[in-house]
Amino acid sequence: MSDLKYTNSDPDSHERDAIDAFVIDPPVRHEGERWVVSGLDRTHDSRHLLLPGLHLLQNLKGWISPGGLNYLAETLQIPAAEAYGVASFYDLFQLEEPEEGPLHHVCVDPVCAMGGSASYIQELRSNGDRVHESPCLGQCERPPGIFVQIKGDSNQDLTATTNIEPQFNSSSSNRLLRRFGTNEPVNLNSYKEHGGYQALGTAIELGGARVIEMLVESGLTGRGGAAFPTGIKWQSVADHLSAPKYVVANADESEPGTFKDRMILENDPFALIEAMTIAGLSTGCEKGWIYIRGEYATAAQRLSEAIAEAYSAQLLGNRIQGTSLTFDLEIRQGAGAYICGEETSLFNSIEGFRGEPRSKPPYPTDKGLFGRPTIVNNPETFLNVIEILNNGVDYYQSAGTPASPGTKLFCLSGDIARPGLYEAGFGIRLRELLSDAGGVDGDLQAILLGGAAGCFVGPEQLDLPLTFEDTKANDLTLGSGAVMVFSTKVNVPDVLGRLAEFFRNESCGQCVPCRIGTVRQHEVLLQIGADKANKDQLSLLHDIDTVMTDASICGLGQTAASAVRSAITLGLLGETRS
Amino acid sequence: MSDSLLTEVTVSINGATVSVAPGTTILEAAAIAGVEIPTLCWASNLTPANACRLCVVEMEESRTLVPACSRACEQGAVIHTESERIAVNRKMVLEFLDTTNDLTQSPELQELITRYEADSSRYTEPSKMQDDIKIEDDLFVRAYDRCVLCYKCVDACGDDAQFTFAISMAGRGFDTRVSTEFETPLPESACVYCGNCVGVCPTNALQFKKEFDLREAGQWQPEHQTTTETICSYCGVGCTLELHTQDNEIYKVTSPADHSVTAGHLCIKGRFGWQYVQPPTRRLSTPNISS
Repeated sequence: MSDLKYTNSDPDSHERDAIDAFVIDPPVRHEGERWVVSGLDRTHDSRHLLLPGLHLLQNLKGWISPGGLNYLAETLQIPAAEAYGVASFYDLFQLEEPEEGPLHHVCVDPVCAMGGSASYIQELRSNGDRVHESPCLGQCERPPGIFVQIKGDSNQDLTATTNIEPQFNSSSSNRLLRRFGTNEPVNLNSYKEHGGYQALGTAIELGGARVIEMLVESGLTGRGGAAFPTGIKWQSVADHLSAPKYVVANADESEPGTFKDRMILENDPFALIEAMTIAGLSTGCEKGWIYIRGEYATAAQRLSEAIAEAYSAQLLGNRIQGTSLTFDLEIRQGAGAYICGEETSLFNSIEGFRGEPRSKPPYPTDKGLFGRPTIVNNPETFLNVIEILNNGVDYYQSAGTPASPGTKLFCLSGDIARPGLYEAGFGIRLRELLSDAGGVDGDLQAILLGGAAGCFVGPEQLDLPLTFEDTKANDLTLGSGAVMVFSTKVNVPDVLGRLAEFFRNESCGQCVPCRIGTVRQHEVLLQIGADKANKDQLSLLHDIDTVMTDASICGLGQTAASAVRSAITLGLLGETRS
Repeated sequence: MSDSLLTEVTVSINGATVSVAPGTTILEAAAIAGVEIPTLCWASNLTPANACRLCVVEMEESRTLVPACSRACEQGAVIHTESERIAVNRKMVLEFLDTTNDLTQSPELQELITRYEADSSRYTEPSKMQDDIKIEDDLFVRAYDRCVLCYKCVDACGDDAQFTFAISMAGRGFDTRVSTEFETPLPESACVYCGNCVGVCPTNALQFKKEFDLREAGQWQPEHQTTTETICSYCGVGCTLELHTQDNEIYKVTSPADHSVTAGHLCIKGRFGWQYVQPPTRRLSTPNISS
């Protein structure tokens, strides 16, 4: 036995059986040998099973009991305190025995608040249902967003419960959305009939070096928010010669106002699988991981069915399409933590550690998942790879601007006639995008561009071309492509308060500027309320902004004051700072 | 040439040129150049947690400030450790901590609060780190309202020293706490009472029960305190002990962090096994000769 000590809490027989069945290959435990696997060897074979193991326990009993946690931790040879530290990090894990009945997570972020979440919550509560007021659930096109955790059964999101057709702009010029609405999402033949798996054949024919060259030539940049050149990222990983290396899809989409990755995964899961396979074969990575947020129940279900189909068609696994190449794909589900969308937090989360970001450098291309070179891209970025391989660099660049080539997915929500997912070439003006979506519902007050970590823009900025270069020149960001529209009916200080509360709840707590700064920012905004902010309050907000932006470890803290700052500049909060 | 192939990297710190071995942190290079940078979560005998952000400095061409404690020197980097920008950031970190925690037993932080003119009075009813004091045994107490979440105790309990892993960060955000699993009391947890967590705590959130009792009784008298160095008498390893005494009674035992044998860490015997030299069971100082 190991020398890790556990308390006397025992699992019940269900927990024991479930974990025994789940961990089929537990770490070897020798009598008398010192086995300290958690700290010494972060890449230990089985620690990454902690997160799915916790999901298993949570689903089995509706909470994670001390006995269940003990048994899972001991089976995986993880110290109990560390396993508890991981379990208590996530919103979707309960560590106290709850009342009976499903737990309803209802989104209370700005768009869903406008879409009636308060009355829906009241209705649920009056029925005696359990409710958790949730951060954005990525269902902003059809508010209020809902996700239900059900003991002993599959969790359900809106797609599973309502059968609403996906809301997107159906257009013959669509590229990334070309299969939306015409294909059967989890039917491999249907995917192939719509051009699927041609790109993989092309990639195998061209070879990895040429594929990467094409990406570099195309000017494709990451669509997760940071806009890093994809080809350069892939090249850096290809340059590392020793295995193992990894491809990761960051589908932990949690930015308020963003739902594009969910719609991609629900409606075109094979495209992500194909693109990741191309990434693996082109850069010498034999294993891929898809990290999908825990609340995307339907997307995860469809994706896992699609992966199984791809395996049985020899499009994943060994000897892909008759070559000697191998690529395996595994899904990991998050458990309710916005921070896990930060790439290094995501690695820690997969590895079975708390989802706290790491210091950069080293960057993921040198030391990523399990400390190995890793490509991490957003699903939308991956889909662009297929477009480039199928249609060539010239075609790709025929949309967009020279500095921002290609198309972009925009998530329109809020006071807009037809909320949904819109694909448009970079350079489209905000005004055009709004009119494509049927126009503003009411009089436009402001638009939050890029999500909670983005910036407000006013009606006078509607001619802004939506490109990386134009937004940057105006101190704005496209971020993840969220476009949240607020009419004059909306109380902006309320929205700001909720955004600040979002960051307060989602800070991982690792560094002081973000852990405490997000709380202080929220407190000051609450004190200001609907009043005019006084000079002292504005000066304090400014200082809190400075330290969060300048001294936080990761992007969460560095952007947590962005929306508030832009609102002050636009005069949406009291007198502006002169 | 890539930095990884260099045998030496040269950086500029506040205008002075310093050459150091690759991998040397900015904090270490600054020390060589005689430049002092304030730290809180850093300790010479632990892996940098880089959580407090008090040591942030400016590195030209970096968008944000960088943590001196963990950032390795890069060839040709131009670093500034004091500026208006840095001062504002340090002041804010100190204000955040001072409005959140009871820092009255952290003289170093009090000094920094004065130096950077941190003003906690401009916050109205700030949320605080609140926790009942945990007294579960006769050896040490845990007062987490003083805890700044610097990770030192967790790392000392874990893979930086003890490999016991009795405690971890738990929860998230402002509600993060250092905790055993399900807040199990320490005597029932994996804790082996080495006291290395107490040894590294910078804010006295973890303190010896003896010190706690003296403070509670209003008998804490720094002017009556001395430190005596000795060698632990238990085994053959030969750990250096520092006995902290008030009026000749031990209230705390530490070991120097730069000591070659201990690196500042001890076991339960060296740390807490000193009652035999104290009244009422004072050890024999002369042979017991039977008549």
